[in-house]
Amino acid sequence: MDTFDAASSNFVPLGDSALLIVFGDRIDPAPNRRAIALSKALADLPGVTDRVPAYASLTLHYDPGVWSHDGLVEAVMPYLADEGGTVLEDRHLRIPVCYGGAHGPDLDEVARHCGLTPDEVIARHSGGEYLVYFLGFTPGFAYLGGLDPDLAMPRRDTPRSSVPAGAVGIAGEQTGIYPQASPGGWRLIGRTPLRLFDPLREPPCLLAPGDRLRFVPIGADEFEWRMRGKDR
Amino acid sequence: MIRVEHPGLLSTLQDLGRPGCQHLGVTPGGAMDSYSAAIANALVGNPPEAAVLEMTLRGPELSFERGAWVSVTGADLSAEVDGRPLACWRPVWLPAGSRLGFGRPRLGCRAYLAVAGGFEVTAVLGSRSTDLRAGFGGLGGRPLGKGDIIAAGENALALPDDPSRPYLPAWSVAWNRALPLECPARLRLIPGPDWQALPDEDRRALETDAFRVGQASDRMGLRLEGPPLRLAAAERLSAGVTFGTLQLPPGGQPILLGVDRQTTGGYPVLGTVASVDHPRLAQLRPGETVRFEPVPAERAQTLFRIRALQLRRLRASLGLRWPLNTPSS
Repeated sequence: MDTFDAASSNFVPLGDSALLIVFGDRIDPAPNRRAIALSKALADLPGVTDRVPAYASLTLHYDPGVWSHDGLVEAVMPYLADEGGTVLEDRHLRIPVCYGGAHGPDLDEVARHCGLTPDEVIARHSGGEYLVYFLGFTPGFAYLGGLDPDLAMPRRDTPRSSVPAGAVGIAGEQTGIYPQASPGGWRLIGRTPLRLFDPLREPPCLLAPGDRLRFVPIGADEFEWRMRGKDR
Repeated sequence: MIRVEHPGLLSTLQDLGRPGCQHLGVTPGGAMDSYSAAIANALVGNPPEAAVLEMTLRGPELSFERGAWVSVTGADLSAEVDGRPLACWRPVWLPAGSRLGFGRPRLGCRAYLAVAGGFEVTAVLGSRSTDLRAGFGGLGGRPLGKGDIIAAGENALALPDDPSRPYLPAWSVAWNRALPLECPARLRLIPGPDWQALPDEDRRALETDAFRVGQASDRMGLRLEGPPLRLAAAERLSAGVTFGTLQLPPGGQPILLGVDRQTTGGYPVLGTVASVDHPRLAQLRPGETVRFEPVPAERAQTLFRIRALQLRRLRASLGLRWPLNTPSS
């Protein structure tokens, strides 16, 4: 999908006030990077209220009092041809995680299911580098790529009624962090003291699309110390 | 000061919503029927962005410590003041000590209460709207509760001569023209990425009135019940969705997304309801039936612009009426 034209299925109306621009049909860093780059390039386009990159698409929410569908497609086309000029920030973040115990009640179960020891699960989970594809689902929730496929484990049959903010979990071949306390069915292997989302902070989200991150194991003492600290 | 004597079923403070935050996973939210909310604000001289109270099916009971200009629009939830029916779709002066209540829900699902000056709460990420799922905005991210006290902002309207008695001007907005609640509901739908993948007879089923709004419906989405629809592909890559997007989960029963939807979704997308029909969508209540009429995006945009023009005209004409109709002028 390297060439774009207005008549192709790359531009799909999502109703009369949103435009879906499709870059590919699989989870892959290349189309995701194009979506993020285009989103940044269109930051100053008037009449566009929201730009939402996803795995391999960008959705533009716009005012139909300002743009028609065809008019917006036409306005976006030149940016697609000239996306080489956009430089993406290359942020590398380290997310401290207290694995196991009260903070990761499902660690032992994940280890048994995967035929590993709990320490091996921690080593593999914290050994890899993850890419933030996009934020969605709930405020500050990051869709991450890069989980070791050997750590895949299905969701719990019965979701927990409450999972604390910062809980690090595994669901199928995904891993992620709960930004807010909420019900949830993910297998919880640890918890980070970092605050992923705070509406009163600028910026509100710790993570951004395109970020690369690593999980760094910390002890329970450091977790408690950081939970009390001002760096949250 | 307004005191909440009884919160009703689900009453939340809302405004035009929280645009510009969807890339953070934050839903825009706002009034589900933003058209009725806009008219409620216009009736009491508020700017469009003032916060209103959205009341669902069973309205609250509120007591007014001080006199206030108010207006109620949207669904007919049997509004009453001190036990007597309240005239809706027009400004009403409520003297100090008035009790505003609601009775049986008669028509529609969501009513809007505007108070001159707007409800005063702290804006979060640029909006006073309550985000129930994320737990911020409005009254600390939660619905109204018994005993809550809410303040109104500065009143821009002139007071009537005798503020001890209820007062209403001799005009109102023609609500049945502003908000036609025809049954069964007909929602115009702009076909989406997976519309063509639907078998012909399933597309025809969506165009008849066979789909009922399920009980498990809220501001996040309306679950529709009808003959199961079939799609070859059960999932797609998660991508942006919006208000009115019609998703089809593997079970074959479609979900119509509301203002508090997730920002992205992975179910197939059949289409999205035209903006001009969002107020009708917002007024659907469980048990009602709905059918969809495919329209091109361009047609929907023309209808939207006509509606926006009508709203601007209404605001302008209300602005002219006020100085003529207040007794003090």
